[in-house]
Amino acid sequence: MFTQIPQLTIGATDLAAALLFMYGLQRMSSPVTAPSGIFVAGVGMLVAVLASFLYAFDVSAAAKPFLLVNIALAASALIVGGGLAWWSGRTVAMTAMPQMVALYNGMGGGAAGAIAAVELFGNKAHGITQLIVTLLGALIGAVSLSGSLIAWAKLDGAINKPLRVRGQQVFNGVVMLATLATGGYLVVAATGAADPLIGMPNLICLFFGLALVFGILMTLPIGGADMPVVISIYNAFTGLAVGLEGFVLQNPALMIAGVVVGAAGMLLTLLMAKAMNRSVANVLFTNFGAAATHKQGTIKGCLKPTEAGDAGIFMRYAKEVIIVPGYGLAVAQGQQKLYEFVKLLQAAGVTVKFAVHPVAGRMPGQMDVLLAEAGVPYDLIFQLEDINEEFATTDVALVIGANDVVNPAARTDKSSPIYGMPILNADKAKQVYVVKRGQGKGYAGIVNALFYGDNCNMVYGDAQAVLVKMIEAVRGLGLSAAA
Amino acid sequence: MFTISISGFVALYIFMLAAFAGWVIIGHVPAILHTPLMSGSNFVHGIVVVGGIFALLNASTVLEQAIGFFAVLLGAGNAAGGFAVTDRMLAMFQISGHQTEHAKPRLAKKG
Repeated sequence: MFTQIPQLTIGATDLAAALLFMYGLQRMSSPVTAPSGIFVAGVGMLVAVLASFLYAFDVSAAAKPFLLVNIALAASALIVGGGLAWWSGRTVAMTAMPQMVALYNGMGGGAAGAIAAVELFGNKAHGITQLIVTLLGALIGAVSLSGSLIAWAKLDGAINKPLRVRGQQVFNGVVMLATLATGGYLVVAATGAADPLIGMPNLICLFFGLALVFGILMTLPIGGADMPVVISIYNAFTGLAVGLEGFVLQNPALMIAGVVVGAAGMLLTLLMAKAMNRSVANVLFTNFGAAATHKQGTIKGCLKPTEAGDAGIFMRYAKEVIIVPGYGLAVAQGQQKLYEFVKLLQAAGVTVKFAVHPVAGRMPGQMDVLLAEAGVPYDLIFQLEDINEEFATTDVALVIGANDVVNPAARTDKSSPIYGMPILNADKAKQVYVVKRGQGKGYAGIVNALFYGDNCNMVYGDAQAVLVKMIEAVRGLGLSAAA
Repeated sequence: MFTISISGFVALYIFMLAAFAGWVIIGHVPAILHTPLMSGSNFVHGIVVVGGIFALLNASTVLEQAIGFFAVLLGAGNAAGGFAVTDRMLAMFQISGHQTEHAKPRLAKKG
């Protein structure tokens, strides 16, 4: 009976962890309960990790002599890996969040792949089904690892340009087939043999090598703007790999947590692709940047620059202002100044709302996080479908550091690469101010007809500097009125 | 008595129900929380570290020990990093009127 206590404890804690994960994720569906949601999931994780050391009571006979060393290795790996990641997660700037998520996700995929490698090299899979599932998990985990690292490098700026060569997709297909063929051969060779995989460490290495290379090749041609969708796919991949390895290790907590994330990640990927009006296949297999070199139609009108102070004062006397923040705002680190300006407007009785496009920032929802970081309450932040009607009745739309997400070409110009993408209808406001560094084009390299509209004025300059001028102008107004 | 044995259709049932649960849970999340959610689900698959510990404790060759160590190292990074960033992000979301007490010191610390 006593020998079963460790197993009972592990089973119970893993069950609790699976429940806490799902309950935690469920609580994350509202900003009010979300912080407690991640806490609940965190408790589940901590308990499951601590309990997993009880596996030490029930190791295989072959591993008994190594047990103390292995426990020490596990503890030090936990402290080093966990400690470094914790430190980086606590200190990373919010603008760098997408690449950190990519990095942590790649780590998870790598861990799933490594577990599969231990099973394969140690020849621990029992039967053909387990072997196939191990290989499948290994493939998905390895692709997720190398792909996530490329995504991280792209978002971090280490790799700037999408790498594309002729015949790339055919070559990628060949690598994929070679990977599957190697895996297939391993399965066939394992059928019926007594200790089949012991003799084939080279083939197992080849299998992992091909899978890693495929992850790199698959990610390299995808442009930086599409990286959020790619990270989301790899997030789902890692979940799936973890779920599959959970089956191999006969651990239902891994199976449940992994597949819940796999399904959730897939849905999230579809939602993001929908927000960009593109299919997931289109993101993965077409060259978005190449299409952007199409011929621009001529646009009537001209750019009308104006002073930051004048724009600030105009907004002070408006009734309603809708702000459209984009990644340029975050680059200029202007969120806090923006909120300071918003508070001034609010104090003067102006109704201020934020309109956030689903793909504003480098990751869906990142702009919401950046605004929240600056202290903007989330009840002022509105999503596209909730606020788009209001632009027609609002006095001022203030576009800061956003470009493609307010480009009317998406509604009208069928030849435009962003045609069909849902956009924020900032051009329908009575007055539009666009804060922009210079006359350059947006991320997609397309001219924006909004800027040439009769109701639009350009405020050139660094977003933060412009906002400081606007704040000064409105403050100066208040002082002179009081005097 | 307490050993777990999952095979064939039982595994498929678990996968099916878990996939359905994941789909339903995420379907209710508003767009404003998409980034924390991606990072939060990223944290949840950090449970892979438990599998890593199991593999490492059962390692009987130097190769297995090395790969097992690698698995735990990466899995721990996934879990700890995922929690740290998600928790940080979610703590920032405040409703009107509440932001002054909580948000300010956090921002001051970041400097």
